[in-house]
Amino acid sequence: MMKAYIKAVDYYLPDRILTNEEIARLFPQWSAEKVASKVGILERHIAADNETATDMAFKAAQKLFSNNSHLRESLDFILLCSQSVDYKLPSSSCILQHRLGLKNTCGALDFNLGCSGYEYGLAMAKGLIVSGVATNVLLLTAETYTKYIHPEDKGNLTIFGDAATATIVSTDGFGEIGEFELGTDGSGAEYLMVKTGGSRIVNRTGNVTLDSNGNNKWDDNLYMDGGTIFNFTSDVVPTMVERLLEKEKISQDDIDLWIFHQANKYMINYLRKLMEIEKDKFFIYMEKVGNTVSSTIPIAITEALKQERLHGNVLLAGFGVGLSWGATVIRCK
Amino acid sequence: MEIKQFIADFADQFDETELNEFQPKTEFRELEEWSSLAGLAILNMIGKKYGVKISASEIKGIDTIEALYNLVLSKK
Repeated sequence: MMKAYIKAVDYYLPDRILTNEEIARLFPQWSAEKVASKVGILERHIAADNETATDMAFKAAQKLFSNNSHLRESLDFILLCSQSVDYKLPSSSCILQHRLGLKNTCGALDFNLGCSGYEYGLAMAKGLIVSGVATNVLLLTAETYTKYIHPEDKGNLTIFGDAATATIVSTDGFGEIGEFELGTDGSGAEYLMVKTGGSRIVNRTGNVTLDSNGNNKWDDNLYMDGGTIFNFTSDVVPTMVERLLEKEKISQDDIDLWIFHQANKYMINYLRKLMEIEKDKFFIYMEKVGNTVSSTIPIAITEALKQERLHGNVLLAGFGVGLSWGATVIRCK
Repeated sequence: MEIKQFIADFADQFDETELNEFQPKTEFRELEEWSSLAGLAILNMIGKKYGVKISASEIKGIDTIEALYNLVLSKK
């Protein structure tokens, strides 16, 4: 059977940087040190007003091609993961096919997922390759959650940053894509949501209510029920990993590097302790980028590659909005 | 169920705070390392280890580890 591999990966960050010192100035009850120690993030990048997720996906892909120019011509499929596309229609991936100068025989589609998006993208890319539909898939992730966050929402402002990534999935490469464990629980849709602006509630309402924890819940902005998401994650991730390891017929000790969705340092360390994962096998990269939604894992892969830490079995696990989760194992050379 | 074990489980959610700072009368919100995320971790730990569901609003009026322990006991 044909196998699918990650062949190349890179990422783009917008220029503007929001530091903890700036956040502490905006919210004087917080100190920069407290912010850093709580969430493990020193700075996050913010897309410019006129810079969209699609623009950033374009830049991430261009950056990837600048180091691998021969790959551009070989591409025959684009998958774009984003919850911040340019238009209701057409798909941003179609626009990107043209902007990136990719051939007309290239398939293209967008898919709407957040923090689990990279695993879903790898699953689809692998499916396209193994079935012979495509040979070289450009998987893009791009998100501008900071445009959805209310200016007074200090929790989410602290955590999220904007970014885009580009990955090429092909019939050869440095990491063979293994089995998948995917899952969904749509009953939790309301716990991480931007309520207005879609077809259900087209116009902004301006409404703000208090949730059961006494936190503001804006209809027109990103809302996250931190407690529910925390509990969901700690319930779902250990079981997902257990099932994936069963499919792979390997044990937890066989994993050489763990790369979880970089939600925030506190939460993923909680998961690490809960699952008894060794600290030196648990990759964390968020100090300079924050939680970039579907881009955290490919950014971490890029950085792990630079640090020469991608060897053996690398477990990737994403979880979040949907609620949705996904994990896979990459076998690296 | 003993308070000693509960304090140990509580302390497990912290990385930098000295163990002797965790006493029954410790006002946990005054700990340097305390954060709302630590609060979520503790509620999650109580659910997993003690089978008791405590909401974020229920913990709002609780100040000491002992008071939290008593709330867990009352719900078991």
